[in-house]
Amino acid sequence: MKTAVALIALLPLAGFAVNILFGRRYLRDRAHLVGVATVTVSWLLSLYVIYHVFTHQEEAFVWDAFTWIKAGSFTVSWGFLVDTLTAIMLVVVGTIGMIVHYYSIGYMKGDEGYYRFFAYLNLFMFMMFTLILADNYLLVFLGWEGVGLCSYLLIAFWFRKKSASQAGKKAFLVNRVGDWGFTLGMLAIFFAFGSLQFPEVFGKAAEANGGIVTWICLLLFIGAVGKSAQFPLHVWLPDAMEGPTPVSALIHAATMVNAGVYIVARSYPLFIHSHTAMLVVMGVGTFTAVYAASIAITQTDIKRVIAYSTVSSLGFMFMALGAGAWVAGIFYLFAHGFFKGLLFLGSGSVIHAMSGEQDMRKMGGLRKKLPITFWAMMIGSLANAGLFPFAGFWAKDEILAMDFAAHYYVVWAVGLVTAFLTAVFMFRLMFLTFWGENRSSEEVQHHIHESPWIMTVPLIILAIPAAVIGLVVGLPPDSGWIHSFLEPVFFEVESEAFAWFGTGGALMLLSLVVVISGIVLAWAMYLRDRDLPAVLVARVPWAYQASFRKFYMDELYEVAVIRPVINGANWLWVFFDTRVIDGTVNGIAALWGWIGATLRPLQTGRAQNYAFGIFAGVFVLVIVFRWVWGG
Amino acid sequence: MSAVDWYLALATALFCIGAYGVLARRNVVLVVMSLELMLNAVNIALVAFATFIPASRAVDASKGQLFVLFVIAIAAAEVTVGLAIVIANYRTKRNVQADRFDEMKG
Repeated sequence: MKTAVALIALLPLAGFAVNILFGRRYLRDRAHLVGVATVTVSWLLSLYVIYHVFTHQEEAFVWDAFTWIKAGSFTVSWGFLVDTLTAIMLVVVGTIGMIVHYYSIGYMKGDEGYYRFFAYLNLFMFMMFTLILADNYLLVFLGWEGVGLCSYLLIAFWFRKKSASQAGKKAFLVNRVGDWGFTLGMLAIFFAFGSLQFPEVFGKAAEANGGIVTWICLLLFIGAVGKSAQFPLHVWLPDAMEGPTPVSALIHAATMVNAGVYIVARSYPLFIHSHTAMLVVMGVGTFTAVYAASIAITQTDIKRVIAYSTVSSLGFMFMALGAGAWVAGIFYLFAHGFFKGLLFLGSGSVIHAMSGEQDMRKMGGLRKKLPITFWAMMIGSLANAGLFPFAGFWAKDEILAMDFAAHYYVVWAVGLVTAFLTAVFMFRLMFLTFWGENRSSEEVQHHIHESPWIMTVPLIILAIPAAVIGLVVGLPPDSGWIHSFLEPVFFEVESEAFAWFGTGGALMLLSLVVVISGIVLAWAMYLRDRDLPAVLVARVPWAYQASFRKFYMDELYEVAVIRPVINGANWLWVFFDTRVIDGTVNGIAALWGWIGATLRPLQTGRAQNYAFGIFAGVFVLVIVFRWVWGG
Repeated sequence: MSAVDWYLALATALFCIGAYGVLARRNVVLVVMSLELMLNAVNIALVAFATFIPASRAVDASKGQLFVLFVIAIAAAEVTVGLAIVIANYRTKRNVQADRFDEMKG
């Protein structure tokens, strides 16, 4: 077990090392062999670990491999904690990570940075595994920063493209704001508990002062907001779509962006002691969910729609966690990883077929030409929209039911609206892409083809969990298998039997009706009556513009943050650096220059002048000692 | 004036003449000679003190005379070096005027 846990993370690191050292010169177009092999073995090992957890559910596996940092009373180990929550994350990260690696063989074929791509992906896997396996906040933070770095490297993978390198920078800088909160959170934890190890911190959580726990939770949540792209730090995720599509699927849909949700769920023993923090989590999540969904509805770039959908889904997860629906939140994370990964890989297949075109207005009618992609995307969309009996349905419904049961009626209503919007934009995407006639140029149309098997097989494999995972782990609702599985982690969550013919059933029916009406609306607007969207836009142009321009968030940041920073830096450069700092330095030099020039004539070079100085000095000294001080 | 004062007056006079020579003469050879004059003025003062010191401190008297011998020896060495420099300078500048040697002017 120890070997397995250690190797899960170390193998991708070794793969990274091999590829980065030898990839360029020796491996080149064989670079995937190393990358895929290490990740596959990691996946097999993680299956073994999951099996172990499965058979020892009650008892978490804790192993401190070695002491990492020791300074005074501060000790941090390089340690592993494997419990049922870790197991769920391992399934998502390991499985989707491996599938994306295989998919990339086809997608990145012939790219000049082929070896680099697999090296970064492997590094990412190492960091992500470290993040979820760690048994203390600092090691989590190592993985946290590491995945952020890989995210940056992979978003800006095509760094010769200006927009890609800009997007990478944006992601990195916005995440930095969140990391600042996380770092302060760690300081606060150490201040309050004297340790960063999960078992120690959580053991003392109940006795801690409520105020500091609230601060800890809020600071950690700032980190989560950055990493999981919640309002107002969501702006980096849609731009992150500049990266290669497998990266979007792996990092910006299925794994890294879940890190924020994971850390909140992992800090469950802290969060349950702070009602305020829970409310903040719920509020931010709820707002982000509906906000992102209302943007997704007008975007035209296929990947951006899915990106905003991801932001919305992550908001849904935070809404669940904040409302106390811990298991439902993780359930949603679990299901979301599969269907959103599937949607991204599917959109990658579409983009591949359309010769790199990402604008949905130029797509259409791909149903016949890309049958496998179409069916996979269909399953993904149904799961994302939350239609019975796909994965998203059970998780989403459980969250909404929990909101309702906890009397958060506003949150519940907003969640319902979000579900409606999600159905609309997902099927807008489907109808625009796969139905109707193709609107691209002759040449692009000529090249449309189904992707190679190395890309379609991953789609098929991912479609299976996206379709059935809700049925497997989520039934019956509110007390399904996943509830009993996660019980050791979320020890205080009560689960009640689901009332099929009571409130539960009624709510389920209602959300089903909402989703179906969303799909019907999308059908009416984008398939039956194509002029309807234009009419609507003409009727309420301000609403359309607001949504299309993402509620002017980027412009707001431009005015409120970026411009002032650039202007401030410019001022510091032109005024402070060149005037004040250079002025001081040059002034001091000039002063001594002046003094030197003034005293220079004294240095005549004639020995007799100096001798006269000596004599005069002696004369003065004699007078002083004899008559002034001598007395 | 007691006996020692006469000697000290002579020493002072010689010292002042020497100092004037060092500061005012332009010929370096004369400057070196004036320097010797100053040293010898001091020597006179030293032997005068040694001679007129009270008998109770006879040991100090021998010290004063010993010191003079040192000064004479070192002055001889100093003149050797000083005149060597003068000759070296004469070879490059073709004169021995002190105010011409101002290469170190700032």
